[in-house]
Amino acid sequence: MNLTLNIWRQANPTAAGAMHQYHVQDISEDMSFLEMLDVLNEQLNEQGEDPVAFDHDCREGICGSCDLMIDGQAHGPEVTTTCQLHMRSFKDGQEITIEPWRASAFPVIKDLIVDRSAFDRIIQAGGYVSVNTGAAPDAHATPVPQADALKAFNVATCIGCGACVAACPNGSASLFMGAKITHLGRLPQGQPERDERVVNMVAQHDHEGFGGCTNIGECTAACPKEIPLDVISQLNRDLRTAIRNGH
Amino acid sequence: MATTDTYLNQPSQQQSDDAHGYYTPGAPLVDEKAPTGPIAMRWTNRKFSNALVNPANRRKLNVIIVGTGLAGGAAAATLGEAGYNVKSFCYQDSPRRAHSIAAQGGINAAKNYKEDGDSVHRLFYDTVKGGDYRSRESNVYRLAEVSTNIIDQCVAQGVPFAREYGGLLDNRSFGGVQVSRTFYARGQTGQQLLIGAYQALERQVAAGTVTTFTRHEMLELVMVDGKARGIIARDMATGEIETHLADAVVLASGGYGNVFFLSTNAMGCNVTATWRAHRKGAYMANPCYTQIHPTCIPVSGEHQSKLTLMSESLRNDGRIWVPKKAEDCDKDPRDIPEEDRDYYLERIYPSFGNLVPRDIASRQAKNVCDEGRGVGPMVGDFRRGVYLDFSDAIARLGKDGIEAKYDNLFDMYERITGENPYEVPMRIYPAVHYVMGGLWVDYDLQSNLEGLFVAGEANFSDHGANRLGASALMQGLADGYFVLPNTIRDYLAHAPFAPIDESHPAVAEAKKSVEDRIAKLLSIQGTRSADSYHKELGHIMWEYCGMERSEPGLRKAIDMIRELKADFWSNLKVLGTADSLNQSLEKAGRVADFIELGELMCIDALNRRESCGGHFRAESQTDEGEALRHDDEFAYVAAWEFGGDAGQPVLHKEDLLYTAIEMKQRSYK
Amino acid sequence: MAASGLVFIGFVLAHMYGNLKAFGGEESFNEYAEHLRTIGEPLLPESGLLWILRLGLIAALVVHVASAFALWKRASDARPVKYQVAKRRNSSLSSRTMRWGGLTILAFLVWHLLNFSIVKINPAGGETNNPYQLMVDTFDLWWMTLIYLVAMAALAMHLHHGTFSAMQTLGFTQTVAARSRARLAGWVVAVVVAGGFSLVPLFTLFGVIE
Ligand SMILES: Cc1cc2nc3c(=O)[nH]c(=O)nc-3n(C[C@H](O)[C@H](O)[C@H](O)COP(=O)(O)OP(=O)(O)OC[C@H]3O[C@@H](n4cnc5c(N)ncnc54)[C@H](O)[C@@H]3O)c2cc1C
Ligand code: HEM
Ligand code: SF4
Ligand code: FES
Repeated sequence: MNLTLNIWRQANPTAAGAMHQYHVQDISEDMSFLEMLDVLNEQLNEQGEDPVAFDHDCREGICGSCDLMIDGQAHGPEVTTTCQLHMRSFKDGQEITIEPWRASAFPVIKDLIVDRSAFDRIIQAGGYVSVNTGAAPDAHATPVPQADALKAFNVATCIGCGACVAACPNGSASLFMGAKITHLGRLPQGQPERDERVVNMVAQHDHEGFGGCTNIGECTAACPKEIPLDVISQLNRDLRTAIRNGH
Repeated sequence: MATTDTYLNQPSQQQSDDAHGYYTPGAPLVDEKAPTGPIAMRWTNRKFSNALVNPANRRKLNVIIVGTGLAGGAAAATLGEAGYNVKSFCYQDSPRRAHSIAAQGGINAAKNYKEDGDSVHRLFYDTVKGGDYRSRESNVYRLAEVSTNIIDQCVAQGVPFAREYGGLLDNRSFGGVQVSRTFYARGQTGQQLLIGAYQALERQVAAGTVTTFTRHEMLELVMVDGKARGIIARDMATGEIETHLADAVVLASGGYGNVFFLSTNAMGCNVTATWRAHRKGAYMANPCYTQIHPTCIPVSGEHQSKLTLMSESLRNDGRIWVPKKAEDCDKDPRDIPEEDRDYYLERIYPSFGNLVPRDIASRQAKNVCDEGRGVGPMVGDFRRGVYLDFSDAIARLGKDGIEAKYDNLFDMYERITGENPYEVPMRIYPAVHYVMGGLWVDYDLQSNLEGLFVAGEANFSDHGANRLGASALMQGLADGYFVLPNTIRDYLAHAPFAPIDESHPAVAEAKKSVEDRIAKLLSIQGTRSADSYHKELGHIMWEYCGMERSEPGLRKAIDMIRELKADFWSNLKVLGTADSLNQSLEKAGRVADFIELGELMCIDALNRRESCGGHFRAESQTDEGEALRHDDEFAYVAAWEFGGDAGQPVLHKEDLLYTAIEMKQRSYK
Repeated sequence: MAASGLVFIGFVLAHMYGNLKAFGGEESFNEYAEHLRTIGEPLLPESGLLWILRLGLIAALVVHVASAFALWKRASDARPVKYQVAKRRNSSLSSRTMRWGGLTILAFLVWHLLNFSIVKINPAGGETNNPYQLMVDTFDLWWMTLIYLVAMAALAMHLHHGTFSAMQTLGFTQTVAARSRARLAGWVVAVVVAGGFSLVPLFTLFGVIE
């Protein structure tokens, strides 16, 4: 198939960017979206034009590196990561617009690459269990009800891609944050620090410049791991409990 | 348990010398840190005898850790907790994205929670055997021993392993092992383990003991007065070349499977960190040892950029076949009658059938495709795929039964190929998945260069020539959480180290060499992209240094790689500048190192005239065409010293001695 | 935000119930209006409770509007550069129009208070001291009823998402079932309140109440 691509090009964090139009030919529907961009880049390289920079690594939907806004949808039209999106989801002759995640907490570094280190700083604020290496009791010391373990696992599958922020009309990272709070909050190991965790993570979230959640629900629809909206409810409840407990 | 030298084998007496003319023989190598005494006490004794560092002094000691995968992430967190001053590097935008995240299956530990007769000794035994007797006994024993601590640690961090109804941890059996010792978190074990390590790491960042340098690529090792004292790294966002100095350097930079271009590794996985260290004198051990996984989704066309692995458990219910007649290969498989199908694994290996070990399943798939009986799209001159057919299993267990077991894998397959495996047989093909080769280290994980430690897949793995499922995760975390922190302190206890700064000639020289190399890559201004060289290298490696190797093939490959290298340095085209984010430049540097590594891998493979572990040497097979090992000649670690750009690599052999386990040939017929 | 929103919900429910007294005829309605002013006497001065309620509502309004603008500002700061193409795939129209819908309600509120409470403007030019008459006169004008209905549509949408959102904000929706209950509650509150408020003007316009 042949496609027209409108792509955001920006040379560096301070440069003004603009949309540019490119054409690619003979794209097979078995290619992944990123392989289609590889074809474009080979072509640009040949023409002596700087290839389009985009983040990617595992290309199997687990590392969370890839992050493209495709025709106004985070990760494109399917519920999956950009790297697992295949060209059979598009039609011959289609025009596709590709933009970076847009959020002031995710500044553009180059073209389609943004800086998501704000997520790391939110985790630093409390997204962990404080246990030093070697200080752990036997793994069977505390049984965990299967349902809790399963719930914790389901939300721990978040890959930190940032699609939730990109899709949210408020630019909020509540889904990402809620996933971590629910993951650790569901397990006995996460209890001792539960109150501090939520208070500190929310403070860091706000400090990073993410917007406030108004429960619109675009995040969960864009999330490639289908993290449900409950985690935001859990986040709010934990926050309320923490504040009541004097935090 | 045998604790004395009951099974002492003959040190190697290599007769054949296939690689003659490609290398220089070097002095034998001994691991001077190798422990002695009863095998079960060796690690305990070592931890006790290693020197301690006064907590007050730790803050003043700087450690650089390259890599934030299971090995590097765990090590950085643990050393940070201990109070050292740690700098942690990764090329991704966050430590959480290291390639360990992609591991699916699980992690082994000798917990014996199932009371099915497992023990540290049994895990040790299975791992040595699975490594085709090409690993070090003491190291493997230690691995088995600390495996149990790993599970405790991860659970305490909140890793949500699968559990049973009663709330206790669930286990499964993996990779043909008789006991259930694999802990897992659905098909995302690596992800969950890595997130645990990542969170521990970020906790230390908050505590101020660890500083992370993301989007930083290590491009050179800094050696001062014979000691590793730092690295030169490029800030990939700004292009700035930075010097980072320390008292010790740890490389935990993962594996180099991407030398094959197509592999299940992440796109950025590279050999640069270890190869740069190799060029500075660190020995590269057993570089030709690679693990090839039989159940990956086949290549769909020329533009394929990577391969996706599907869990091996599929082979429990799927039947593997190809058409008997080459002319049937482009037919709809459902129209090919039973009598025209060749269930080749069931035919050749009646007792193991579709469950033969990874290397056999992989090699036979390649053989039938080479015969022209492969299926799926033509890629080049061949169809590269075989059917993995679930129709019998669906008839037996019902669609629901299959769905319950494999639903997520079937979904993934359909998303990638666009075919519904409930209706059309799946197509699979082997792919490179893991490398056992890496920088040589002693029992303390120190390379032959003082102050340079290597952990995880980046070192030459503890599990020898084969890789059983679920061992690599175990090794990564064992190295990172428990081994390295206990051994590196013996080195750091020698502090204070001579003070150095950026003006030291050796440091300045290292930095300049990086700048020159980047300038060189940008100045060639030829016509071919780095990617195209990478693809070509991958074809050569897969064809001649993949599952099956032969003397003429390897010789041919070496010549081809040398030509490719010459062409690369004269015809490469890299656009953009050095002082900005430049993915083509990053790629070019990595490909340059892969090309050099590829040549060494071929030389190593040429030298090792035996079929062992994951690879098959055509010149070393039984009358029935099965793999034949040569313990008399090759029971050694091949540690290669860099011989200079114009010279030849120097081979140092470390003999492998077995005292607790008897060496046996394997048979799957 | 959620707390003040819930105060409003309580208020509009009560207020709507009061309005329905119009169906009981002039006397019953005026009695209700009077009762509102005398309730609590002699413990409280005349209109005492009404003033307490009013102060409460004013406080809630200030909090609510202030939070709304704070969220609005945070959202626009959080995404200074807009997407060239934006597609929504999961959100209700009401969830995306909370701010403009809220402003519509605010504008209406101003008129509404001028109309019936503070100034008592009779758009038909008639009597202003008889609450019942004022109401009937107002809604006999078709365009007044239309304005009123538009405002109720805005209120319905605001409540449709607002009720659900408040449940989320307060952390009551941790399961799929709880979430669908909250969504249902949004529908119910929206339909009951806006529907209830709309009855009186409609019935007045069509002459049932006169
Ligand atoms: C698809 C797949 C499935 C697997 N499944 C299993 C399984 O089920 N069980 C099992 O036991 N094993 C499995 N393995 C193997 C296992 O995942 C790896 O061997 C292991 O995770 C390697 O961990 P590591 O910490 O050594 O390296 P990695 O996780 O690869 O981390 C490497 C780190 O080094 C950094 N780095 C690399 N080069 C540089 C540089 N030049 N400069 C700066 N930083 C650099 C990277 O940024 C990264 O942080 C699987 C592997 C693959 C590919
Ligand atoms: C005065 C004009 C008003 C404005 C400007 C306004 C604006 C807003 C805004 C911007 C929100 C946040 C969006 C969200 O949480 O999803 C909101 C929430 C809400 N509003 Fe209003 N609103 C107004 C009046 C009202 C009235 C009269 C009611 C009740 C009848 C009401 C009930 C609610 C509720 C229940 C919420 C949800 C609170 C939460 O999720 O925490 N609002 N409003
Ligand atoms: S919650 Fe979903 S969309 Fe958000 S970062 Fe995690 S995986 Fe990505
Ligand atoms: S590249 Fe790893 S998730 Fe897409």
